Amino acid sequence: MIDPGWYMSLAGVLFIIGALGLLLRRNALVMFMCIELMLNAVNLTLISAGRALNDLNGQVAVFFILVVAAAEVVVGLAIIVSIFRLRSTASVDELSELRG
Amino acid sequence: MVEALVFVVMAAAAIAGAATVVVARNPVYSAMGLLGTLFSVAVLYVLQLAHLVAAVQIIVYAGAVLTLFLFVIMLIGVDKSEQRDEKLPHQRTIVAGLAIAIVLFAGGVTLFGDFDWVPAATVMNPAATNGTVQAVAVPLFTDWILAFEATALLLTIAAAGAIALAHYRRRQV
Repeated sequence: MIDPGWYMSLAGVLFIIGALGLLLRRNALVMFMCIELMLNAVNLTLISAGRALNDLNGQVAVFFILVVAAAEVVVGLAIIVSIFRLRSTASVDELSELRG
Repeated sequence: MVEALVFVVMAAAAIAGAATVVVARNPVYSAMGLLGTLFSVAVLYVLQLAHLVAAVQIIVYAGAVLTLFLFVIMLIGVDKSEQRDEKLPHQRTIVAGLAIAIVLFAGGVTLFGDFDWVPAATVMNPAATNGTVQAVAVPLFTDWILAFEATALLLTIAAAGAIALAHYRRRQV
């Protein structure tokens, strides 16, 4: 059995890559995929920690995160589509009306 | 031994997929990279005996969410080229440096530091977290029943909200 630290490290790397993408990309769709990537990294930590601590509740938490992520994707993509209809762009740089 | 081998292969696949998501210019390639990562992470779930969660991951993420992403990519179109210049000075250098520093620090603390899984160090019992449907259903429908019902409400609200947002109103001429 591998040490759970390795799973945690992998999850950390995946989270960092997702955060990098969120910071560096301008396409709203790709930024959204990066958020999914980060959610997956967190799910991996929960599963590993649950196994390391002999606790099944980690898997239950992942189950709920999956549901919330699915709901978030549905609403988020609908928002992106309606913004695209209004502005014909999916680049977040062009959407600066709310800038103070 | 087998677990270590599968872990190394799947970790490499997951990182490669994640890198594709960030680097690819075409959003369709990004979606395919995300698919690779999701599958690899699902295999890692199975490796840690989280069978139900792995199945849900494949069905919900790879099945439903990714299809939705591809639909929206088709709807929006992929030919728009993305601006690649830096709005803030040294944006990429700073972010990359920060990322490497965080990975090195966290990995070092986790793997080589004086860090212990408190109960696991003595007794790590894989049978206790064997995530079959039956095993996960027991806490889900006893301790977490309220949260479970709340997710039903959440999904209904999300579906209604998505329909309201994406509903196309033809202009009255």
